[in-house]
Amino acid sequence: MTADGLFFYFVAFMTMGGIYAILCLALNMQWGFGGLFNAGIAGFYAVGAYTGAILTSARSASHVGGFDLPIVVGLIVAGILSGLVGWAIARICVRLKADYLAMASIGIAEIIRLIVVNEEWLTNGSLGIAGIPRPLEKLFNGREAELVFVVFVWILVAVTYLVAQRLRVSPWGRVMRAIRDNDVAAASIGKDIQRFQTETFIVGAVFMGIAGALSAHYFKFFSPDATEPLLVTFLTWVMLIAGGSGNNRGAIAGALIIWAIWSLTEMLTNQLPTEWATRSAYIRMLLIGLFLQFVLQRFRSGLVPEKPPELRPR
Amino acid sequence: MMEFINFYLIPGITLGSIYALGAVGVSMIFGILRFAHFAHGDLMTTGAYIALMLVWVLGVSPLVAMPIAMAGTAIVALLLDRLFYRPLRELPTIYTVIASFGVALILRSLIQVLWGTEAHVYSPGFQKPLIFFDSLRIASRHIQIISTTLAIAVALHFFLKHSRLGRSMRAVSDDPELARIAGIRTERVIAFTWITGACLAAMAGIFVGLDTDVHTNLGWNMLLPMFAAALLGGIGKPMGAIAGGLIIGIAEELVSYPVLGVSLLSPSYKSAVAFIIMLVLLIFRPQGLFKGRLLQ
Repeated sequence: MTADGLFFYFVAFMTMGGIYAILCLALNMQWGFGGLFNAGIAGFYAVGAYTGAILTSARSASHVGGFDLPIVVGLIVAGILSGLVGWAIARICVRLKADYLAMASIGIAEIIRLIVVNEEWLTNGSLGIAGIPRPLEKLFNGREAELVFVVFVWILVAVTYLVAQRLRVSPWGRVMRAIRDNDVAAASIGKDIQRFQTETFIVGAVFMGIAGALSAHYFKFFSPDATEPLLVTFLTWVMLIAGGSGNNRGAIAGALIIWAIWSLTEMLTNQLPTEWATRSAYIRMLLIGLFLQFVLQRFRSGLVPEKPPELRPR
Repeated sequence: MMEFINFYLIPGITLGSIYALGAVGVSMIFGILRFAHFAHGDLMTTGAYIALMLVWVLGVSPLVAMPIAMAGTAIVALLLDRLFYRPLRELPTIYTVIASFGVALILRSLIQVLWGTEAHVYSPGFQKPLIFFDSLRIASRHIQIISTTLAIAVALHFFLKHSRLGRSMRAVSDDPELARIAGIRTERVIAFTWITGACLAAMAGIFVGLDTDVHTNLGWNMLLPMFAAALLGGIGKPMGAIAGGLIIGIAEELVSYPVLGVSLLSPSYKSAVAFIIMLVLLIFRPQGLFKGRLLQ
């Protein structure tokens, strides 16, 4: 591979890595700050991706939409819709033990997948939506466009990071940590636990939706295959636990490192003969599953452990 | 009328029996170990594939292979507990939920590596249904599935009510601290929970294979209805889980029955039924229908 090819491989890597970083930061808000277990990341991601795709793509005969709206509008609406789904689930589940939220969130992901596959008027079913634009597409083309897009993604990573960091040091973040670590104590000093937990879940869901919309713009074509729970939900969990839940920098580092391992091993196994290449995809899954167990047992605080912010005197 | 029974009610009871067998394990594990076991569906798949291997190698019928597959799945479950769940037992149980999420993936990809991803059947060919009273048609596999589940339900009831081990299990499920103080050996109860849950899961997996085919997502696809069934019956109530499984299985088939030409839901949304039931329960009656508990 030439140096040029290597560089653009790196650009593609950073684009997907950035999208995963946003997912991972969003999960960190829900799990790292709030202790809320979301097993349905793929669902929120799909809501965002399809919202963005339908609002911004050009008119098409095969499904609703072609509203041709600006990408920023698509991103905002994607976040809002995904947040609404999060609100509904959180309203029902946060008052119960975390396991109930886990079961309900995996259910919502399943339902969203069913809707996406079956409602062809809305999503074009399993054929997917094509012709999704990228930002500033008219001004740049070819490889320049790749560069523009990676910058766009990382601007959004930075925005997500700043929001997450701001939430972490704010009084709101302190209450969330208190609830996560001892909800009875937090309730006894008058904090409305359900309201705070619902808010965290919604904020996380909003950013998951934005990440979904971003990936729709990146792929330019979005079909139900892209919302595979293993690749979205599971990988994001491994990234957060390995990077360090509760720590925003850890979340970004985890996303990049796990994504690097994932895509480098894919490059290696693609060199194998075809029959072994498909089989080795499952071996990689198996190893990622074992890796998660190792981290959970030996390495629980992750690469960059959580460090509560210092209290600043007024 | 006969069309309703033959094509909606009997398949519904069959599907419900399969959910029931899986949900018993989910409910017992949730009651005794206090976590939602996300790998339970993949234990079903494991059982189905062990049976498939025996059918291939020994040429026996899947029903003969069933006891060995159940034993094999029980060993797998005990190993999983030893390797992945026991080390996390002192931590908040949500860590075990995360681990089980990973174990689901480990089991499935192991099966994909060993057996590949294409679907298989235990015995090829079309089975002619048995016909009773001229119009009642039941496939023999449906009779096998329903009657075995019935027998299991009765056996489970007597085991939990009257045997010493069964009573210890209920005690740990009701109040683990008190049970420990009373001298019940918790680890033994836990081991037995895994054995029972895994055996029933293997059975359910083989039944899915008998009813349709054996494929690697077989169990994962059943996870949601099994959770819903366990919630419906009340966590830690195995008999409730059996009732819950039957209710959900029947409901899933009946929603697509056309009444006056209109069916409630299109068949492609069948699997949404379990989720809707689950949400309604979580809103109005999270402790389940039958005096179950709400875990904190």
